[in-house]
Amino acid sequence: MILRFPFASLVLKAILIGLFAFAILGPLANLVLWSVAERWYTPFKLPVVYGTRFWEIVFRPTGDAMRSLMTSVWIALLTVAVALALSIPAGYALARLKLPLRMLIMIAFLLPQAFPSVAIYINVARIFYGLGLNGTVAGVVLVHAAHGLVYSVWIAAAAFAAVDRDLEWAARNMGASPLTAFGTVTLPLALPGLIASAIFVFLESLDEFTGTFFVGVPQVTTLPLLLYNASMGGNYQIASITAMILLVPSVLFMLVIERFLRADVLAKVGS
Amino acid sequence: MNIGRSLVLRPFIMTRSSYRHGLFLIAPALTLVCALFVVPFGVSFLSSLTDKSGQWTLANFMRAGELYSTDIAFTIAIVVASTALIALVSIIIAGTLTLSETRWLVTLLASLYRWPLFIPFIVAAQCMRTFLAKNGLMNNSFIALGLTDPMSTASYLDWRGIIITFVWKQAPFVTLLLAGAMASLDRSTIEAGRNLGASKPRILLELVLPQVKPTLIVGLVLSFVTMMSVLSVPMMVAGSQPTMLTVDMAFRINSYGDYGTANALGVISYLICGVAAWLYLRHQTREAPR
Repeated sequence: MILRFPFASLVLKAILIGLFAFAILGPLANLVLWSVAERWYTPFKLPVVYGTRFWEIVFRPTGDAMRSLMTSVWIALLTVAVALALSIPAGYALARLKLPLRMLIMIAFLLPQAFPSVAIYINVARIFYGLGLNGTVAGVVLVHAAHGLVYSVWIAAAAFAAVDRDLEWAARNMGASPLTAFGTVTLPLALPGLIASAIFVFLESLDEFTGTFFVGVPQVTTLPLLLYNASMGGNYQIASITAMILLVPSVLFMLVIERFLRADVLAKVGS
Repeated sequence: MNIGRSLVLRPFIMTRSSYRHGLFLIAPALTLVCALFVVPFGVSFLSSLTDKSGQWTLANFMRAGELYSTDIAFTIAIVVASTALIALVSIIIAGTLTLSETRWLVTLLASLYRWPLFIPFIVAAQCMRTFLAKNGLMNNSFIALGLTDPMSTASYLDWRGIIITFVWKQAPFVTLLLAGAMASLDRSTIEAGRNLGASKPRILLELVLPQVKPTLIVGLVLSFVTMMSVLSVPMMVAGSQPTMLTVDMAFRINSYGDYGTANALGVISYLICGVAAWLYLRHQTREAPR
């Protein structure tokens, strides 16, 4: 039937893809519109006054938004440092050394992502309160690092497993100590994978809301919390601009990820 | 001679000592997961089953049932409906990507569907909070196209908003997994079906889908748990009553410091996810003999 009416089929496909584009891009378009709307109220379908006044407010060096951005980036960098410090040895052990219950250990790192996290975070916050970690950057970094470990450990293990073992043995046979062989052969070869895992952890930390909401409040205000507060306070311009700042690294990441996460590493993830 | 001996001995020494080395290297990472996941997970059970003086009690669950039974049902309904819609949408998109012969359609679809994949939930929530509002871009576009009249527009910022946001955010993820699985299938069965004159929907449902079912179900279970964990979407996209369990837990803690009831709700949300995981495992074991 479709073959008999090629034009009707073409129109139908065009309409369907148009609707799909609207469903995917419409919400994002609304975000962009709000970010440049100085005044917008019913019954107007589009902003009444356009302008960049709110962008100036957000990017004012002494403003809340810049402080939140700094806090967010600082927390994300510390989280990457903690996650890498823990996952490079852990990933190497999983890839190269003999471990009891290896599969169970791999699954243990997945657990923080596999359970409803709110119920976990309320108790973490309670424990942290007793330790004086609530409302501190250190507390938030620990929560983000635990959440990101599944990426960093699994990808690090895959990256080390993809390094050719004979190269390590060659270095050892020429008299390199285990540590020298690791530092000059294994680590540099696994580096692209480790960078990919670092990017994953950085973004997870930057976008994380729930854990910070329970553990960081009220002293630590990251960008997602600023977005939430602005939105609930009805300040849609600030909320939309903050949301767009959070979108930038996500989009950049989408563009560069394939360069770092090679197919031979991907094939070994989770094995 | 010396070199020869060390070459022979080295593998032996490695295996004997590496058990200890491995555990030593992995211990710090495991400790962090234990401290920030295993311990709080245990605490949530303990706290839900004890009262303030430490006595065993079921009172927390009674109170949770009394105050929040509507929200428990609401949460299950939202997450189940979203999961079903995610399955439907991702099967249609992945099926079109795999089976369609219209090149421009496939290219456009492939470049469009990935957008929400890396967008954080909180950004998705803010997008939808404006897009689905009574005077949001969606209603305004419908009015401009003459599909609805300005008097009868309604806000979608309730249960519908939560479901729309969840599907918008998670369907691309399941589609990505599904389209990948479909692309690695053997094309010959599809060609055989096509030569026998089977329609595309029939090829999709009867030939392609049964082969990629495990991938679909893994994606859906992961999405199910993710939706049970999200706090920002129900808080920002829907009003206060009824709402999802994540919001109720936050409310019990922030307004009353009531850890007992909050943890009872937490244990209930573990159980809901547990049932989903159990259905998945039962499905796996039933499929296995074939």
